[in-house]
Amino acid sequence: MLANYFGPNSIKVTSAELSFEDAVAQATGLLVLDQKATDDYVDEVLTSLEELGPYFVVAPQIAIAHSKPSTSVVTTGMALLKLKSPCNSGSANDPVSLVFALCSVNADDHLQLLAEFGEKLSSDSVMNSLLNASAESVIAEILFENQV
Amino acid sequence: MLIYAVCGAGIGTSVLLKANAERALSMLGIEGEVRAVSLEDARGTHQMAQVVLATPELVEKLAGIPAEVIAINNIFDLGELGEKLQASLG
Repeated sequence: MLANYFGPNSIKVTSAELSFEDAVAQATGLLVLDQKATDDYVDEVLTSLEELGPYFVVAPQIAIAHSKPSTSVVTTGMALLKLKSPCNSGSANDPVSLVFALCSVNADDHLQLLAEFGEKLSSDSVMNSLLNASAESVIAEILFENQV
Repeated sequence: MLIYAVCGAGIGTSVLLKANAERALSMLGIEGEVRAVSLEDARGTHQMAQVVLATPELVEKLAGIPAEVIAINNIFDLGELGEKLQASLG
């Protein structure tokens, strides 16, 4: 269940105008808020962004911020920061409005989570609903409802 | 036929890319094994894949490896994946 990986604070909608870097930091910060990772993980994700560029902007408007499993990951989890003011990352998929954050304790623990997540986001109707949603509760419903 | 799906960490983007590349391959009727690997692994491996899939920012980091490197803009788009895999392998 996708819902099991999101904590109570793990979905947030913001109307702040953020840079891509700040959006990634805040999205990853939601994992910290729900005690799925420590502050160090935010730094690790930002370092990866700095070194490799915005490669985790994986589809139009969507980023999946993450880094490797490390001691700064407490438990496998996911979070989502939705930007009402989309930002530019430098990727061909700009502008970015959905910034997911992912952390995993090892190379296997999150595979079920990603399988479910990937299937969900491959649906155009789910994508469009997510992009149009402006309330946390609506986003949770879209992500966690059983239909794919 | 070995295909690598690459991301910086080898746990996120690459895993999603692998899943959708497998779906695209099966739709095309092409047999192949897709492995999710990190950038480091892709550059350091001895058993090189025939084709390497990555998001555009990583393609330049893969310059020089002895495989065809294909940039995938939208990893959720089976149409794009299928077209590019077909062009390369079909």
